[in-house]
Amino acid sequence: MTEILGPVPAGMPAAPAAERPADITVRRSRRRQGLAGGAAVSAHLRRLEDESIFLLREVAAQFSRPVMLYSIGKDSSVLLHLAVKAFQPARLPFPLLHVDTGWKFRDMIAFRDQRIRELGVDLIVHRNEDGAALHIDPAANPSLHTDVMKTQALKQALDRHGFDAAIGGARRDEEASRAKERMFSHRSSQHRWDPRQQRPELWSLFNTLLDPGESMRVFPLSNWTEADVWHYIYLEGIPIVPLYFAASRPVIERDGQLIMVDDNRLTLRPGERVMRRMIRFRTLGCYPLTGAMLSAATTLPDIIVETLSSRRSERQGRLIDRDRPASMEKKKEEGYF
Amino acid sequence: MGRLMTPADRTLAEILRRQGEMPALRFITCGSVDDGKSTLIGRLLYDSQALLDDQLSALRSDSRVWGTRGGDVDFALLLDGLQAEREQGITIDVAYRFFATERRRFIVADTPGHEQYTRNMATAASTADLAVVLVDARKGVVTQTRRHTYILGLFGVRHVLLAVNKMDLVSFDADRFGAIVAEFRHLSRPLGIPHVTAIPVSAAAGDNIFERSRAMSWYDGPTVMDHLETVEVTAESATRAFRLPVQWVNRLPGGGRGYCGRIASGRIAVGDELSVHPSGRKSHVRSLLTNAGEKRSAEAGQSVTVVLADEVDVGRGDVLSSGTGGPLVAGRISAHLLWLDEQPMTPGVSYVMRCGTREAGAIIETLDHRVDIESQETAGATSLVLNDIGYGRLLLDRPMACESYRDSRDLGGFILIDRFTHRTAAAGVIDHALRRATDVPWQELDVTKAVRARQMRQRPCVLWFTGLSGAGKSTIANLVEKRLLSLGRSCYLLDGDNLRHGLNGDLGFADAERRENMRRVGEVAKLFVDAGLIVLTALISPFRDDRNRIRAGLEPGEFIEIHVSTPIAECERRDPKGHYRRARKGEIADFTGVASAYEPPDAPEILCDTTGMSAEEAAAMIVGYLQEKRYF
Repeated sequence: MTEILGPVPAGMPAAPAAERPADITVRRSRRRQGLAGGAAVSAHLRRLEDESIFLLREVAAQFSRPVMLYSIGKDSSVLLHLAVKAFQPARLPFPLLHVDTGWKFRDMIAFRDQRIRELGVDLIVHRNEDGAALHIDPAANPSLHTDVMKTQALKQALDRHGFDAAIGGARRDEEASRAKERMFSHRSSQHRWDPRQQRPELWSLFNTLLDPGESMRVFPLSNWTEADVWHYIYLEGIPIVPLYFAASRPVIERDGQLIMVDDNRLTLRPGERVMRRMIRFRTLGCYPLTGAMLSAATTLPDIIVETLSSRRSERQGRLIDRDRPASMEKKKEEGYF
Repeated sequence: MGRLMTPADRTLAEILRRQGEMPALRFITCGSVDDGKSTLIGRLLYDSQALLDDQLSALRSDSRVWGTRGGDVDFALLLDGLQAEREQGITIDVAYRFFATERRRFIVADTPGHEQYTRNMATAASTADLAVVLVDARKGVVTQTRRHTYILGLFGVRHVLLAVNKMDLVSFDADRFGAIVAEFRHLSRPLGIPHVTAIPVSAAAGDNIFERSRAMSWYDGPTVMDHLETVEVTAESATRAFRLPVQWVNRLPGGGRGYCGRIASGRIAVGDELSVHPSGRKSHVRSLLTNAGEKRSAEAGQSVTVVLADEVDVGRGDVLSSGTGGPLVAGRISAHLLWLDEQPMTPGVSYVMRCGTREAGAIIETLDHRVDIESQETAGATSLVLNDIGYGRLLLDRPMACESYRDSRDLGGFILIDRFTHRTAAAGVIDHALRRATDVPWQELDVTKAVRARQMRQRPCVLWFTGLSGAGKSTIANLVEKRLLSLGRSCYLLDGDNLRHGLNGDLGFADAERRENMRRVGEVAKLFVDAGLIVLTALISPFRDDRNRIRAGLEPGEFIEIHVSTPIAECERRDPKGHYRRARKGEIADFTGVASAYEPPDAPEILCDTTGMSAEEAAAMIVGYLQEKRYF
């Protein structure tokens, strides 16, 4: 038996999604729920959309082998939606790349596979096999896990396929060093970012010239905020992973965060016990490193209202971001997205 | 599907309704170091409650570690997000922040005050609707104020909010404020900045930011926030003539092409007659795809896909226009330049120019003057160095559809890129186009390549021999040249080793120098092709990208890549010049195949495997290829 607090919206799995990975329903909020107030996409969002599509087309036109990073989260969902728009009715002129750390929520992987099938796009899944052989426990060694299974794995994949541009969904409002980054951000042949030597970015003109081995990271959502992303998901009816919606899920409390027990690999520490709580996620990553929030928000309007009234920032649930001062900048310099 | 609206639905509907009426204002803060730019933005974020609890607690702990305010909250740390900035207590690069009030949403960019990082200030200014110029009330207008204001004028930022800061440190003196405002207006007026609003503030204490200052009752104008919330910054682009720089050509399923791009100005509707520039061809709009699906019309700012009624040749870099009076099509332009690179400007050197979606080669032909920032007077100059502003004439290697910057930011702003270092060398704004394309000798010569080739009864091309040292490139190329001459063809052999005595005598063998060697030989080969010749080049040319770049600079069929493929063991055995022996001993650094990579072609037009054929046979095969493909 499972407990559901609050109303069950149409399309919501009757049981917590974590227990029924085969039963993911891709939620199209507008179609199923009807659009509240009949709101149209605002001039503000349209302007962001026009800018993002301009940037995506610029990547296709200026690079010989671009790729789009697909992390399955809400920002990736928006990015993918924009990319489909940018090139419709033709196919995407670049493949997607998912760097699988082996510790993503099961719901994320099921959602990924379903979306790829529906859209008929090319997806490359890359896993750092050498790293996987080390069996790093992300809960015990979060920095090492992130470095080996995310940063190093990404570099491996970019090198192996010779990608000269990698499109990502990072936004400037996420974090202080991201607020400083260009939309077209140069990387050395060692994938390093040099924040002191960023190329000037004037008007809509981008210096995309590269020496062999160098590459560019491109961020078409640079000027979007978290609220913009949610509004757009709502108004455009973009499918997202069910984990963003509140449901009763098994969790433990660890270091002041609620960690969901997604499978039997999570080793419980003394005193920890599994509880069922009504929770959802504001961002998604590796499940042992992603803090959940208590919430009764089971619909998109609930989520948006809750997000707008939150007094805590989005990445607060990411355990790896504040492991030392300026940690994001450091990781980015080393090649993290 | 009908569903009752929940309270959340109603709240959200209200949020979205308000948002629709709130266009974002993009503004920047600029001015000299320590005039209080970051503090002002921190104050705006703080007072508009854009800071969240965990961000505030992080700010408090950062202030204890890095702060310059004795442990009190240091707002600058909200924006100076880079480690180096915190360590040095300075702003290096632009930080973008987003916040909203009840009346408007804002994208604000905090720009560095140090002269060294002017390029980053220019980056932010190029897309700003409004600039907040901060001046320290104690110091008044200083050199950086002048430099930044000049750039604002150059880049057409029409609205300036002059914030005279630190009024508390001059006893809130109204006369001091008045004197600084007068000095600033004297500076801004000749630069053509039409709207200047001056406000006395104390950013650290919050005076006249959100709340009116009690200490300055003599001031009765708006607060900073009043002004930012209400200032009208209408874009004029919507009312101008239609221009669409073509960004990407989409091949539509089932045939046909869609021309994608963001509309730079004006409106377009299905059925409109469009002209393509520079070609001048015409067609009609058959259909129009926007982000909201197929529509009858679209306007400035929208990213669209246009399908034309006729098959006309349109590519990236072309500009679509409607009505009479299309964009300027120019091979020469005069422009203001802001130099952004530590490497000074070199007259006569070809830079990569990007303007709209077009790329061209550009040479700075003449430099008319340089601007003295202090006096704003102009003086003759022969070069520009970092942060200099100058005015000159540029010669382009192909005609380009463009506009003066006054008429279009999208088609009048450009950047120059150093071909060698790939650094962005300069930002430019077009003053005017000097000649129509038809007057430009680069484009419309009476005696063209085709005319010369016809006279020589041959199709000019480059036979580009590539392969390891000792593979047999020069030997085979010499034999091919002799055979071609005996067949009455006009040809010329460029031998890599010989060129290194003259044209490329200043270059060594490091990767960058090898590339430059390649580039020069490629350019010479291109000129000879233009002269109608069959050119043979024999140099190792180890890098695939360099070869592909030369191929891309020629017309289809003009670049014939010949891979002289010989295993390295065989080359080393032959070692005609003793290079391998010396490289193995370490006497030659960067020797291809030994200490430097050779990247073989993926799909050469001709492959000569010298282990299976003699040099004579290889030469015969190459001449046979030219005859078969009707090069003569």
